[in-house]
Amino acid sequence: MGIDNKTLIKIDTCGIYYRDLNARLREVMQNGTQKIELTNVCGQRYIGTDLNKKVDIEIHGTPGNDMGAFMNGPKIVVYGNAQDGCGNTMNEGEIVVHGHAGDITGLSARGGKIFIRDDVGYRAGIHMKEYKEKKPTIVIGGTAQDFLGEYMAGGVLVLLGMNLKAGEKHKARFVGTGMHGGVIYIKGEIEDYQLGKEVGIVELDENDLTVLHQLVHEFCAHFGCDADSILNQKFIKLFPRYLRPYGRLYAY
Amino acid sequence: MQNLGHVNNNHNDDKVIDACSIFGAMNTLGHRFSGEGVIKAIANMHDRGNGLGGGFAIYGLYPEYTDLYAFHIMYLSQQGKQETEAFLKDNFKIFHQEDVPTRKTIKIINPPLVRRYFVDINMHQPDNALHNDYILDKVMQINTRLCDSFVFSSGKDMAVFKGVGYPEEIAEFFCLEQYKGYIWTSHGRFPTNTQGWWGGAHPFSILDWTVVHNGEISSYGINQRYLEGFGYHCTMQTDTEAIAYAVDLLVRKHKLPVEIMAKVFAPPFWDDIDRMPPKEHELVQALRQVYGSLMLNGPFAVLIAHHGELIGLTDRIRLRPLTIGEKGDMVYLSSEESAIRLVSPELDRAWIPMGGEPVITRLKIGNEQKDGSIKEAIPA
Repeated sequence: MGIDNKTLIKIDTCGIYYRDLNARLREVMQNGTQKIELTNVCGQRYIGTDLNKKVDIEIHGTPGNDMGAFMNGPKIVVYGNAQDGCGNTMNEGEIVVHGHAGDITGLSARGGKIFIRDDVGYRAGIHMKEYKEKKPTIVIGGTAQDFLGEYMAGGVLVLLGMNLKAGEKHKARFVGTGMHGGVIYIKGEIEDYQLGKEVGIVELDENDLTVLHQLVHEFCAHFGCDADSILNQKFIKLFPRYLRPYGRLYAY
Repeated sequence: MQNLGHVNNNHNDDKVIDACSIFGAMNTLGHRFSGEGVIKAIANMHDRGNGLGGGFAIYGLYPEYTDLYAFHIMYLSQQGKQETEAFLKDNFKIFHQEDVPTRKTIKIINPPLVRRYFVDINMHQPDNALHNDYILDKVMQINTRLCDSFVFSSGKDMAVFKGVGYPEEIAEFFCLEQYKGYIWTSHGRFPTNTQGWWGGAHPFSILDWTVVHNGEISSYGINQRYLEGFGYHCTMQTDTEAIAYAVDLLVRKHKLPVEIMAKVFAPPFWDDIDRMPPKEHELVQALRQVYGSLMLNGPFAVLIAHHGELIGLTDRIRLRPLTIGEKGDMVYLSSEESAIRLVSPELDRAWIPMGGEPVITRLKIGNEQKDGSIKEAIPA
């Protein structure tokens, strides 16, 4: 790509208050900046929020809650762990985390892609939604804690379980509780009691395999792993059994 | 009513996004360390609170008085002080007493008087359990019967420092950078249901137990009524106080292991219990039956500490965050990982426990004076 000094901005964020940091990011975006490198990040919230252009943001450290909230275009790569709410209601763009992420990863996302190398906390993908070509995607390399895909209304969630030992199962409970749209692909086994009442399990069809193939390859390109050895293994597909599970609740 | 928007930010808007912050650090060899790192860490989560409460608990604080109960008492009036000092004189042997040292700061306005007393019991029986019950009884008497007096802490070789302000402001006020301890817990408050006042700041404490809490306990009423029956009276107008007394009841009086205490506070769901092997099923079902009134309903992440142990626990569906960092002999528990990284950038392990599963950090064997067993963190 050939990024010269003009288009690469480096910011040592040590001691910078989050509001000032985000104001600075909005400001440098106006000047044709292509890449922003943030070092010593330590808990600043909402990094990348309301940025509307394509720009690469590299984060070294531990970004604060709601990283990439309402983001519309940038690509954020984190060399470290993400805290709670990363990708909150993001509309477009990409988040790549070389580590784990906290609770409610990708909550209410409406578009864009999130790749987490390791585990995620509670309620990843809660209430993601899709409309026409806008389809949010989360790929999780490790395992998830409870309420994965809770109230999910659209989009694609992939759980690879790569750090599970042989014979070890995902521990997440209440997976897909209230799910009424979208799809969850899980590598590895999951018991019926771990699922919400609204989801069913089926084998993947051709369409699913195409989507999965593409996402796993993207994941492996980010983190340097072997896509084929992942795709060779058994996946299951969780789907919402009802599009309006409680549609009749108030209309008898 | 204070204009919280104004207090919280200088960006001329009224957005207030808050939650409490909790942070704890323990040296598992029992080595005492200064509070500077802990103060920095909790200050890094400044925006979670709103300046209406901050506080710290420190263990291994008074090596010169390890055998004496250290009472930290807040007085809202001179009359309160007179009444309580007369009461202390009648009921205890006081070895030393003084105002808790403070410095004048811009941020801490109109602080109450906080004094500390190093006391022993005028009692011939060497029974430690009786001593502790005696202390509990006297603390309850001061809190409920004596005017304008509230006991912040009453354990040996530990104390609670707290008040109205951001935690870093409270630390500055009480000169906490000058103290050392082997366990520190801290709290930044965003009061949810009750007013911000000095007694309502965290930690809450009885004997050497302390609790800091992010969340709100909707079962407070039933928990409080249950505890009343055992002589615990809630006077601080905050739900977390009930947790501190419940810990004392379960672990000290009823002698339950902390693992069992965690199952009382955050019991497994009934359908999970149904899948347990018979013995475990029986145990957990019995706990729900016997201690149903001490189940904590509502969102919580708490740090519970006493000498030798620091315990982290969240509600079983983890409606409040808790993250763990380990580095050598240090263990950190925090609402946010960034606060841990500020103190200890390179961690041996950073992880997030499951909801309802306690993270128990203990002193390692062989430590002088303190009893305890191998550090054990129950993994997710």
